[in-house]
Amino acid sequence: MPDTLLFALEAAANGLTAGVMYALVALGFVLIFKASGIFNFSQGVMALFAALTLVGLQTGQIPFSHLINAMFGTRLHHFGWTLPTLVAIAGTVVVMVAFAWLVERLIFRHLVNQEPIILFMATIGLAYFLEGLGDIMWGAEVKRLDVGIPQGMSPVVDDVTYAWFGYGFYMDTLELWAALIAGVLVLSLILFSQYTKQGRALRAVADDHQAALSVGISLRFIWVLVWSLAGIVALVAGMMWGAKSGVQFSLSLIALKALPVLILGGFTSIPGAIVGGLIIGVGERLFDFFMGPIIGGATENWFAYMLALVFLLFRPQGLFGEKIIERV
Amino acid sequence: MLDTQPEGYTTADGRKIGGVVMEMKNITLRFGGVVAIKDISFDVREGEIRAIIGPNGAGKSSMLNVISGFYHPQEGEVWYKGARRPRMRPYQVARQGIARTFQNIALFEGMSVLDNIMTGRLNHMKSGFFSQALWWGPAAKEEAENREKVEKVIDFLEIQHIRKTPVRRLPYGLKKRVELARALAAEPSILLLDEPMAGMNVEEKEDMSRFVLDVNDEFGTTIVLIEHDMGVVMDLSDRVVVMDYGKKIGDGTPDEVRSNEEVIKAYLGVSHD
Repeated sequence: MPDTLLFALEAAANGLTAGVMYALVALGFVLIFKASGIFNFSQGVMALFAALTLVGLQTGQIPFSHLINAMFGTRLHHFGWTLPTLVAIAGTVVVMVAFAWLVERLIFRHLVNQEPIILFMATIGLAYFLEGLGDIMWGAEVKRLDVGIPQGMSPVVDDVTYAWFGYGFYMDTLELWAALIAGVLVLSLILFSQYTKQGRALRAVADDHQAALSVGISLRFIWVLVWSLAGIVALVAGMMWGAKSGVQFSLSLIALKALPVLILGGFTSIPGAIVGGLIIGVGERLFDFFMGPIIGGATENWFAYMLALVFLLFRPQGLFGEKIIERV
Repeated sequence: MLDTQPEGYTTADGRKIGGVVMEMKNITLRFGGVVAIKDISFDVREGEIRAIIGPNGAGKSSMLNVISGFYHPQEGEVWYKGARRPRMRPYQVARQGIARTFQNIALFEGMSVLDNIMTGRLNHMKSGFFSQALWWGPAAKEEAENREKVEKVIDFLEIQHIRKTPVRRLPYGLKKRVELARALAAEPSILLLDEPMAGMNVEEKEDMSRFVLDVNDEFGTTIVLIEHDMGVVMDLSDRVVVMDYGKKIGDGTPDEVRSNEEVIKAYLGVSHD
C-alpha cells in the first residue's frame, strides 16, 4: 500500500474518534430541540459545568470556598478527601438532574407557548448564569481531570496496524476510550428511546404535544427527563474533553463545534447527529491532510464551518432532518 | 324519564346502561368576551353512547375539551365517578381513564402504527424508571403483556396489515382508525370521540359506525361523541345533547330530540322526513 494512502487512513481513523466526540456534543442539542423545540445555547456551558463539578467532587473541593473565604475571612479550600472516579461521576449525575429540574421549574415552566426566539434567549441567559455559577462555585483556574484513562499512544492500535500494513498508526488511548464511551452512550440512548416506556413517551412528545397530553404523558416530566439526559451527555463530553486538555472555561466553546454537525445532520435527528459528527471529524482531518500543506495548514479551524455553509446552500434541512414544507 | 331510574336501565337492543358516571354541572366557558359554553348541565351514564350535536360554532368541541381537561371552565363543576373533579391537566384526566380522539387527528406521525397504539398503554405500565431504563426485571414482562393487549385492539379494529407502517403514510380514514385504536388501548372508562366521521366517505363512515357500536357492545365502554352527520348520530346514540350558540337547547333520546321544536328550528331547519 502506498504511504500516502496509509497516512490518509491514519488521519481518517483519528477523525472518526474526534467525530464521535462532536456527535456527542451535538446529541445534547438534538435531545432538547426534538422534545421541546428549544435550541439550547447553554449545552456547551453545561459540559463545562459538569466537568467542573466532577473535578470538584473528585478532589474534594469545597463549593463556593472563594466566596465564603472572602466574606468570613476563613481559609477553606478542601474537604480533605478524594473520591473514586465512579462515585464522583454518580454525584455529578445527581447534580445535573437537579439542574434539569430547576431549569424546568424556574425557567421553562413560565415560558410555555412562547416564541422560539424567546426560549432561545432564555438559554443564552442560562449559559451566562451557569458559567458564572461554575466560576463562583469551583474557581476559575484550569484544573486537571484524571478519570483513570491513560493518555498517549495506544500500543494496541500501533501493534495491530503494524501487523496489517507494516506501519503503526498513532492513535491516542484517551481518544479511543472517549469514542468507545460516547458510542456506548449513544447506543444506550437509542435503545432507551426505542424500547422503554419513557423512551416511547419521549418520542411521542417530540412528535406531537397535544396527542402526548391526551394519552396521559406529563410534558413537564418529559422536559426534566430530556434536560437530565442532555446534562448526562454534557457530563460525558465535558469529562472527555476535560481529561484531554484540562477543565477550563474555553471548554464551553465545544458547543460551537456542534453547530456544523447539527447543520449537516439536521437538528431533529439522532442518527443525523452521529453521522454528521463522523463526517465532520473525518472530513476535517482528511482535508487537512491533503490540502493543509498546499494552503498553509490550520484548516481544522474553519473546515467544518465551510462544509456547513455548503450544506446550508444546497440542503438546508441537513442529511436526516425533516424537510420543511409549508402548505399554502 | 331517566331521572326515575338512578340504577340504570336496559335498552331496546338489550344493552345494560348503568348509573351516572360523569356529570357536568352548570359549565360556563369564556374566551375573553366570547362565551363558548353558557351554563350547560348534562350527565353521562355508564355504558351508554352519548352524543353532543349542534351547528358549527355551537361549542361542542369546547365541551369535549372541558371534559378532557384541555380547557378549564370559569364556572361550573365536573363530577366524575361520584366525586367533584379538581382542576386537572389533560394528562391527569387521561390517567383517570378518559381517553379521546381529535377532530384534526393528533397522532405521532413519525412513529409506527404499533408504537402509536402502544403509547395508549403508557398509563398501564407500572414498572419504575430505572427498571425500564435498564430493561430489567418486571419491565420486559410488562412490555410483553401490554403488547398483547395492543395486538387485541389491532385485531379488533382490523388494522393488522398496517401495524409496522409509519402513520405519516396512511390515508385519512385509516389514521382516524389508528387514533381510535390508541384511545381504546388505554382501556378507558369514558371514550371521547371528536367528530369521528368527519371527512370520511360513505364506506369509511359505515366502518367507523360499526366500530363505535362494537366497542360499546364488546367492552361496555361509555362513549361521548361529537358529530355533524345527523343520520349517524341518530342511529348510534342512546341519548343526545343538542347545543346552539353555546347553550343547551335539547337533551334526550334521538326520538325526543328529533321532535323537539327548538331543536328543529335551530339545527335541523326543515325536518328531513
